[in-house]
Amino acid sequence: MSTTTTLRLVAAGSIAALALTACGSDGGSESGSGDGDGITIGIKFDQPGLGLKDGDTYKGMDVDVATAIAEKLGYDANQITWQEAPSPQREQLLKTGQVDMVVATYSITDKRKEEVSFAGPYFVAGQSLLVAADSDITGLNDTLDGKLVCSVTGSTSAQQIKDAVPGVELQEYETYSQCADLVANGTLDVLTTDDVILAGYANQAAYQGKLKLVGDTFSEEKYGIGLPKGSDQCEDINGYIKELWDDGTMEQIIADNLGDFDYNKELNPPEAGGNCT
Amino acid sequence: MQTILQDFGLLAGFWMTIKLTFWSAIFSLVIGTFVAVMRLSPVGMLRQVGTAYVTLLRNTPLTLIILFCSIGIYGQLGIVLAGRDAPGGFIDTNNFRLAILGLSVYHAAFVCEAIRSGVNTIPIGQAEAARSIGLTFGQSLREIILPQAFRGAITPLGNTLIALTKNTTIAAAIGVAETALVMKNVAEFDPGLLWTAFGLIAAGFVLLTVPMGLLTSHFAHKLAVRR
Repeated sequence: MSTTTTLRLVAAGSIAALALTACGSDGGSESGSGDGDGITIGIKFDQPGLGLKDGDTYKGMDVDVATAIAEKLGYDANQITWQEAPSPQREQLLKTGQVDMVVATYSITDKRKEEVSFAGPYFVAGQSLLVAADSDITGLNDTLDGKLVCSVTGSTSAQQIKDAVPGVELQEYETYSQCADLVANGTLDVLTTDDVILAGYANQAAYQGKLKLVGDTFSEEKYGIGLPKGSDQCEDINGYIKELWDDGTMEQIIADNLGDFDYNKELNPPEAGGNCT
Repeated sequence: MQTILQDFGLLAGFWMTIKLTFWSAIFSLVIGTFVAVMRLSPVGMLRQVGTAYVTLLRNTPLTLIILFCSIGIYGQLGIVLAGRDAPGGFIDTNNFRLAILGLSVYHAAFVCEAIRSGVNTIPIGQAEAARSIGLTFGQSLREIILPQAFRGAITPLGNTLIALTKNTTIAAAIGVAETALVMKNVAEFDPGLLWTAFGLIAAGFVLLTVPMGLLTSHFAHKLAVRR
């Protein structure tokens, strides 16, 4: 094959690739009004038990909740396009229309409500502590003093533990997985964030029996479904969330993904609604 | 704007950027000069070690090096660079020093190449003359080669310094509280201010690096060896 032919082939290949990606993003941004085109949902790709990309399948509580809601909105499971929604990008993804909804351990806060609308909450989590199985830490008390605590850079949990126990030393990493590894091998003492995320790690095969959840929750994180500001689907989705809890689907989803995780029965099921505007 | 500068600690973030840049610049200059000498030495083994260092470090992503410093050196091997009772906190001090370690060894590869490019500006006759009057390798390096090499390498060294300044933002990956970490906090707690923070950080870096560029040009011109 001559050099020119090779070059032409390469050029043709790259043009084809460009055309394909262009089509892909078109499909994503045009859908959204429930017209049967398909729906793009932002989830976490790296959160075991909640939103985890495993090969080309996605699993976790948020994935199942999103699938159930999408079904009620009239989309089949194969009409859903999953997109990664890392925490700092969630508002921008919704504002620019790159995703139609975000179901990614997305706590409802007043600041965020200025930027996006929330359906839900569909689950209320609370900050808790994950420690090595043989640790003597019992909860948010003196046993935590001077301990090495890990959380994610720029997260609510990191801020709250600093405020709650000024004596702790805080290590911040980009992902909880990096923290979990170092807690399991004993370099760091505690991983802190929402209990449901911690349960996801404790139930991972690699950490089974090595990590345990301790103490009560000491915050309320209301997980909502992020929608573009003023979305007209918001109130409908609130109704669907209530249905999920009423017919037992939600409990099944939690049991499927988080094993024997004992969620806070006082705060769940939450009253969905009031966060649409 | 006041919120970002004070409450989110952007000013402290920039101070951290400056400290990281300062220490990493010093250490990478020392390591880089050392590696450059190895690559110039008449001993084949040393030359190979120097070449291997530059090839390995220059072609590894900086994020990987910084993460290795924290998760590998500290997390897995348990080597610490600060005492448990270090002033300013054990974790913070340890991370700060690990970040400087990572930034220094990475940029040393570029400093080494900058110095070597400076050496190439020196006519070969200078080295030959040095040897013919009986100077040893060490003496000719000290008296003839390196002084001229540094003067010829000011521009590439300045470029490396500017790259280093901006690369300090990667230290946020291991939790060093500099500007990129401040930006993450803004995105989490007050997403409405994200673009303001973005603008302020961009402006801050321009403020830091433009004078570096101007000084580099000034000294490169002033100190150039006239031939």
